[in-house]
Amino acid sequence: MAQLEPSFLRPMNTITLDYLDRLEAEAIHILREVAGQFERPALLFSGGKDSIALTRLAEKAFRPGRFPFPLVHIDTGHNFEEIIDFRDSLAASLGEQLIVRQVADTIRERGLHEPGGKYPSRNPLQTYTLLDVIEEFGFDACIGGARRDEEKARAKERIFSVRDEFGQWDPRRQRPELWNIYNGRIQKGENVRVFPISNWTELDVWNYIQRENIQLPDIYFAHERRCVVLPSGQLLGLSEHLNLDDTDEIVSRRVRFRTVGDSTCTAAVESDAESVDDIIQDLLLAKVSERGATRLDDNLSETGMEDRKRNGYF
Amino acid sequence: MDLLRFITCGSVDDGKSTLIGRLLYDSDSVSLDVLATLEKRRHAGGAVDLALLTDGLKAEREQGITIDVAHKYFTTPRRKFIITDAPGHVQYTRNMVTGASNADLAIVLVDARQGIIEQTRRHTLIASLLGIQHFVLAVNKMDLVSHEEAVFNQIVEDYHAVAEQLKLASVVAIPLSALNGDNVVRRSRQLGWYEGPSLLEHLEQVPVPADANPNEPRFQVQYVIRPQTEELHDYRGYAGRIQSGTYRPGDRVRVWPSGLETEIEAIEINEREVAAATAPQAVVLRLRDDVDVSRGDTIVPVNAHPAVTREVEATLCWMDERPLKAGRKLLVQHHTAVVKASVTAIVYKTNVATFESVGTDAAQLNDIVRVQLKTAGPLVVDDYRQNRATGAFILVDEQTGATLAAGLIEGTERDYFTPPVLAEASFSI
Repeated sequence: MAQLEPSFLRPMNTITLDYLDRLEAEAIHILREVAGQFERPALLFSGGKDSIALTRLAEKAFRPGRFPFPLVHIDTGHNFEEIIDFRDSLAASLGEQLIVRQVADTIRERGLHEPGGKYPSRNPLQTYTLLDVIEEFGFDACIGGARRDEEKARAKERIFSVRDEFGQWDPRRQRPELWNIYNGRIQKGENVRVFPISNWTELDVWNYIQRENIQLPDIYFAHERRCVVLPSGQLLGLSEHLNLDDTDEIVSRRVRFRTVGDSTCTAAVESDAESVDDIIQDLLLAKVSERGATRLDDNLSETGMEDRKRNGYF
Repeated sequence: MDLLRFITCGSVDDGKSTLIGRLLYDSDSVSLDVLATLEKRRHAGGAVDLALLTDGLKAEREQGITIDVAHKYFTTPRRKFIITDAPGHVQYTRNMVTGASNADLAIVLVDARQGIIEQTRRHTLIASLLGIQHFVLAVNKMDLVSHEEAVFNQIVEDYHAVAEQLKLASVVAIPLSALNGDNVVRRSRQLGWYEGPSLLEHLEQVPVPADANPNEPRFQVQYVIRPQTEELHDYRGYAGRIQSGTYRPGDRVRVWPSGLETEIEAIEINEREVAAATAPQAVVLRLRDDVDVSRGDTIVPVNAHPAVTREVEATLCWMDERPLKAGRKLLVQHHTAVVKASVTAIVYKTNVATFESVGTDAAQLNDIVRVQLKTAGPLVVDDYRQNRATGAFILVDEQTGATLAAGLIEGTERDYFTPPVLAEASFSI
């Protein structure tokens, strides 16, 4: 049974909540609304820090009960090995169901075109696998770890974001989202994407990871890695999925990852930050945004994210 | 560190997006790569267009207007801020309502050349209706009126009449130029006659409103946690967010709408029992007795008196293209409680320019109307002006699921009585 927590024994009416407490309460409230309003929700788990933080929030929302949803991972097959190992051990230690679907299978079954080029990204193809897994299990709500501060199209999205049967987002027809009242009523075929940490910034997530002592995959912390230097100067970790040639410059650098996605489109940043404290210090001084530093796919065009979301992306 | 949520409103071309861009830019909250994107779009020989920082949609950049609410985040050493940039166009008024519903403060932007216009009055009305306490009258484009103090004073005087009519509690007027950065983050020499704080200085100092109503505890059940394991065989936890006030173990409480009385056995946060919990914390309540409680029920102290009623009077901000007429059936979503309802009467419509009540038989898109609703089951509510959390609801189309209106409960104290205790707690062994 639960134990009495002495540190919380404070005099009457002096419970002070800081902004992180408020963001946490908001996220837990949103997760419980998903549980209360939907028949078959799922938590989309990427193995990145945001979705790891989401699992901690889900523990706070539903323990001592089980999560009312499985964790679902859309595996591009281009993920960093460390992430996959971490994913499996986290699911096991949580004792929750993990569903994994491979983009490679979708490519084969649907006869999709395998992306080519030097840095072949399966990122856009995740959408197909996602829509397939939604259909396979009849998911009516998919929880994701997206944040509004990541990108300007995301800044416009609702916390409960209704998608049509093709998963498409129509930014001009979004439901008004009033107070903290979330309307998850949908018609057959539609589903809802839910973003409990919409209002968190990258720094908020790291402050939360620090406060809650949340464990992360090692690749978030400084380590030596063999990287290829991209024309932009960004560093891409070497992997078997890259199609390099003699002209490419290979270097060994001390790096960490700010985001983790497809290894072929997620750049590393040079860093000596070995702990969460170091990373927070780094971020306080950082002059380049999270996606700007690390995502090759957003830089393709100014509307990269908006276009992908319209087509059913996370 | 505390958190202030604010909204910027005003008419189209008053420079809202530019103002937010300026706040972010001058407070060093814009990263280099985002600046580089702005540079790419710099007009030949001109300044960077700071509005591009918030206009995130393709259509917005093409048309140079804000269509939907954008959320921006920045932090200064004193405070963390969440900005909601609301659209200025009349046709997107519902998005302004959306932004105002979550804001603690409203920045009402006025073009110094135009002064107070209908949209200023409309937005001030909506913000005040939605319970925003703090207003900033930001008189923008002072550079285009030669930084004249007299122009500023006239606008302040005109707005004073609006503030009086709406009984606004706190208004601070600041002359500024978002384009040039005068009085946005730093005080301006151009506007030396103005002795007050810059906009950011004011935003850092203004008191953050306390919880919805600290003296009236309210808690609504979101989800029932029942592990049903061998170890936790009888465990039943009522998960939800405290909407207002403070709860403690040992509190005698009543579950509404059933009226059953019991006691709070324990309050858990993150699987630990706590000695007290307060709004807006997300908690799990365990009750002493095995009473029937489900999602949508409200648990309050025995001496608290929310209105428990099937008939409510409410102000609606109507958000649907299809007009509302009396007799329409729809759903009321009062946070976690959803009931069928019908609109029995449209009492009047508020003229958003004059604030006068006028008769009407239908509510059009963006109209503000007073209505009477009859619900199929009891609602447990408070007057919105008494409790911003429990006085709010939305109307939902039963068939399409669309959100049709924002609703504010009105006049509960005057019109309704809390019914007497219905039953003693029933015990099941």
